[in-house]
Amino acid sequence: MCLGIPAKVIKIDDHLATVEIGGARKEIGLHLVDNISVGDYVIIHAGYAINKINEKEAEETLSLLRRLGDEVYR
Amino acid sequence: MRYIDEFRESEYANGIIDKIHSISKKNVKLMEVCGTHTVAIFKSGIRELLPKTIKLISGPGCPVCVTPMADIDKAIVIARQKDVIFTTFGDMMRVPGSLGTLQKQKADEGLDIRIVYSPLDALKIARDNKDKKVAFFSAGFETTTPTIAATVFQAYMDSLKNFFILPVNKTVPPAIKALLDTPELGLNGFICPGHVSVLIGSNVYKFIAEKYKRPAVISGFEPVDILLSIYMLIKQIEEKDAKVEIEYKRAVTPEGNKKAMGIMRDVFEPCDADWRGIGVIPESGLKLAKKYKGFDAVEHFGINIPAVEDKTSCNCGDILRGLKEPPECKLFGKACTPENPVGPCMVSTEGSCAAYYRFAGKDN
Ligand code: SF4
Repeated sequence: MCLGIPAKVIKIDDHLATVEIGGARKEIGLHLVDNISVGDYVIIHAGYAINKINEKEAEETLSLLRRLGDEVYR
Repeated sequence: MRYIDEFRESEYANGIIDKIHSISKKNVKLMEVCGTHTVAIFKSGIRELLPKTIKLISGPGCPVCVTPMADIDKAIVIARQKDVIFTTFGDMMRVPGSLGTLQKQKADEGLDIRIVYSPLDALKIARDNKDKKVAFFSAGFETTTPTIAATVFQAYMDSLKNFFILPVNKTVPPAIKALLDTPELGLNGFICPGHVSVLIGSNVYKFIAEKYKRPAVISGFEPVDILLSIYMLIKQIEEKDAKVEIEYKRAVTPEGNKKAMGIMRDVFEPCDADWRGIGVIPESGLKLAKKYKGFDAVEHFGINIPAVEDKTSCNCGDILRGLKEPPECKLFGKACTPENPVGPCMVSTEGSCAAYYRFAGKDN
């Protein structure tokens, strides 16, 4: 029940935003988040954005994954 | 899809699995608290990829599974009131109460019960049907509850008089505490829910490490996220460490989403709650705060339903606490299947019984 889906913000209209999820467009509420801009990625749950995805942290987790793999196969 | 595809590259998985095998020495039991994790673990076959030293146990992490029969009965009684449109998330339709299920009531009695994807949809139905009373079945953990709080707040601002909710919301940290206070479980570490933690943050889990000296890692939902979280937990255990770490850093911060939690705390306040099969956990539920009492469907319709005893021999209570595995229930796969569920763990797609039946049942 706690599924959340990453979506890209396409348009913002006050407290509502249009987001793109895997090609489909959807209208969601921005009432629970601050400082969202067009182009940001947010996690959608039950019709609302529940946060903004942190791109830098996503990259860091990926590079940690890569590093762990390298340690094993070196 | 961005932020999903990159985390699905299988070469990462192999690296971490090897790492886990190389560092794991002690026999440990780790619990994944969240039902979405349970499904991901079964679907990706993670249990089979781990060394024999690591046992994964599914926890109570699905709001559908822990909704007691009396709350389903309340929903049915509210749906039966004159001029009511009852709205709910789809998963709640098939959960049995002592009066049956919402789905069956809809079919048999022709009640106006509608599935919605968002509480906002329920609000819209209320706006579009001013001559009706619209009630929403407010179930969920901290991931979902702020979305409902925002909706109630909106209804309050708009002075909407025909919108109500039946609150059965629950909070995760008190449940984890109750599990830690069940010594026969013998849990060595927790994989904490990702999306609940987006809202509540990681700081609230500190008691797990400080008071109970167990490690906890907040995990994302892709198989590599879960594997990395298991690696982080095993590393802590082998190094005799106990702290709260975040694996799902792209979405979770130590403080959580303060704005959303602020809205939730304005609209709801804590109360004791009955968890199906587990019993009452202090301060683990949410009720509407005084200012918003006018939206409480139970009060508005004057519903009074006492707790009902579950007379089936469903073992969900033991399964939700990780004391039993689904096949240990004698109804599993026989009298109880996803098509014909006896207990809520088989109804919810994220219930342990349903996940086990769909993905693991066949090989066991
Ligand atoms: S198999 Fe069915 S009856 Fe048995 S514990 Fe699971 S949900 Fe309950």
